[in-house]
Amino acid sequence: MKENVRVVIGMSGGVDSSVAALLLKQQGYEVIGVFMKNWDDTDEFGVCTATEDYEDVIRVCNQIDIPYYSVNFEKEYWNKVFTYFLDEYKSGRTPNPDVMCNKEIKFKAFLDYALSIGADYVATGHYAQIRHTNGEVEMLRGVDENKDQTYFLNQLSSDVLKKVLFPLGHLPKTEVRKIAKDYELATATKKDSTGICFIGERNFKEFLGGYLPATPGEMQTLHGEVKGRHDGLMYYTIGQRHGLGIGGAGDPWFVVGKNLTENILYVEQGESNPHLYSDSLLASNVNWINEVETSFTCTAKFRYRQKDSQVHVQLLNNGKVQVNFVQKERAITPGQAVVFYQEEVCLGGGTIEEVFKNNQQLLYVG
Amino acid sequence: MIYLDHAATTPVHREVLDTMYSLEKEVFGNPSSIHAYGRKSNYYLDEARRFLADSIYADEREIIFTSGGTEANNLAVIGTAIENEYNGNHIITTAQEHHAIIHIMQYLQKRGFHVTYLPVNQSGQIDVYDLERTLTDQTILVSIMTANNETGIIQPIKDIGELLKDHQAYFHTDAVQAYSMLDLNVKEMGIDLLTTSGHKLNGPKGIGFLYKADHVPIQQMQYGGLQERTRRPGTENFIGAYGFYVAAKLAMENKQVNVETYRSYKNLFLSTLREEEVEFDINGDLDLAIPTIVNISFPGTSVDVLLTNLDLAGVAASSGSACTAGSLEPSHVLKAMFSFRSDRVNNSIRFSFGSANTEENVKEAALRVARVVKKLVN
Repeated sequence: MKENVRVVIGMSGGVDSSVAALLLKQQGYEVIGVFMKNWDDTDEFGVCTATEDYEDVIRVCNQIDIPYYSVNFEKEYWNKVFTYFLDEYKSGRTPNPDVMCNKEIKFKAFLDYALSIGADYVATGHYAQIRHTNGEVEMLRGVDENKDQTYFLNQLSSDVLKKVLFPLGHLPKTEVRKIAKDYELATATKKDSTGICFIGERNFKEFLGGYLPATPGEMQTLHGEVKGRHDGLMYYTIGQRHGLGIGGAGDPWFVVGKNLTENILYVEQGESNPHLYSDSLLASNVNWINEVETSFTCTAKFRYRQKDSQVHVQLLNNGKVQVNFVQKERAITPGQAVVFYQEEVCLGGGTIEEVFKNNQQLLYVG
Repeated sequence: MIYLDHAATTPVHREVLDTMYSLEKEVFGNPSSIHAYGRKSNYYLDEARRFLADSIYADEREIIFTSGGTEANNLAVIGTAIENEYNGNHIITTAQEHHAIIHIMQYLQKRGFHVTYLPVNQSGQIDVYDLERTLTDQTILVSIMTANNETGIIQPIKDIGELLKDHQAYFHTDAVQAYSMLDLNVKEMGIDLLTTSGHKLNGPKGIGFLYKADHVPIQQMQYGGLQERTRRPGTENFIGAYGFYVAAKLAMENKQVNVETYRSYKNLFLSTLREEEVEFDINGDLDLAIPTIVNISFPGTSVDVLLTNLDLAGVAASSGSACTAGSLEPSHVLKAMFSFRSDRVNNSIRFSFGSANTEENVKEAALRVARVVKKLVN
């Protein structure tokens, strides 16, 4: 039955998508591997930096005997992901390009491309699961707690998810590695990629500085005591400890806020400094995978790989929500995603805009 | 699958295969050895060289076997440039050359040579007057391909040769696509250097030759033994050369028939697309193209989606070139003919006809192309 079902799988040249492709092929689908080239970068010899990854895609596709292609989304990526990425840093926030890449590239541009080559489904090697119940489609966390990637997939709509397969969602990463080794896939022992794809192994600060002007300024405590200089507000994120260069005795120093108008970075002392804590937030661009009540209790993640926290969600107008925390949360960061869960089900998520304590907006971006 | 990509490479002719197979089994001597084994191998190398020289009205001594077109181009262009540096440092080529010329030129620019890239018009041809105006007393080499690999457009080779007759600049032409389709007489056409390749005319891969007129001094590109009179050291690929000879012989003997047959395939392909009411434009002037190649723009489509769909529908065609990560690059040839802003650089496909085709499969391919294009446009 499945041999007439065409699945187009996004392959990065990593072990996850390699195994995902293999599993789909074993399940009997007609599988087509596609490498997405999203970033234009060539080394001094005119060789794309993506070449090695693409070559791995070719090796794996040859091994599992599926056709493969490469598709170019550099323009889309620049316009939809990279521009957003820079704009957010310009506003003193900490963007999440992976969330945007999934929303605009992998599950939009790529999905459109896949459909245009006759795909019935698109697949990726993400650790997430899809459940079809009573005509509804839900997204569930990946079985491997450590690897669950629903946080990055929070912006997908149910219409999109209907056309998606996540072949790895029910597997622990160790099992994925094992399958890759058992089948001697070319990527079996390849290191997992880390960091933001377009920056790669490069120094983040240097990279960002190449695109945005950095204006150094003062580092102050919330009481106005000058503690040193910062290299440009965009280089810092809330709760950051390293790279501040404040010496002296006592507890370590942390970033607790930014003043964009006056170009001041606020710092305070102590891992659990009260200024790092908040009790509610306002999020925008909220996507609900399926309909929700206007007011409800659930759990939420404010950053990737964090444990869930109990929250209360109140829907507001214009796709905004107010999220109240049961317990105070540390270092909530504007620009990052807040993602909601009911047990294993990912309900959706949005972008953190404002952060409050005792109804007072914090200086996280100001 | 239907193969419409003969400009990329061609299937090896049965007779070529059989000949090479029996040679591989029976003859293995090193053509440079002085004993009987060597002489036997050398016999085949000589046979091949004689015929290939005759095929372009050259002398045997003027044929240098190489591993193919790219190597022949490197030897011709870099070898001539470096050897003649003391006469000037200016080279003229066109913006629509194969990458095996363009990238060589970029290398020479880094080495201090000045390179002029002549423009082409929308028909795909250069204006010989542009060439005339660009020539200086510093010009040492002009390299202009005979027929383009993406569009099939033929350049006015004879006029160029005529123009350069009284100029110091040597004239190189990359005839990889044209060799089996056009009558090339290097003496009459004023060609000093000419590149060919075996696998484009149903011969084996890994063999080609550079014709280098006796009077052209060149610098060798690799060093080793005395083979090919030191111009291209390395144990001779005599079986490849002989396979190339058999393929070229067949191609020359059947040239008229092939030209007519492949042209009729092209016409059938185009007329079927018209019957199917597919919207398309031909890139370049059809009357100026070799019979095997046509480059077609399909408004409202994009080349990567188009090619992938065609592949999945069992039609093998291609477009410009891909980067090292497989992603298709806008064609520099079409950019040269139109503009980098033109939709044509992103929605055009090259179809090339040849020995793997029949009237039936060309017709069927056209129908499949029509289906795919209509689906994508709607």
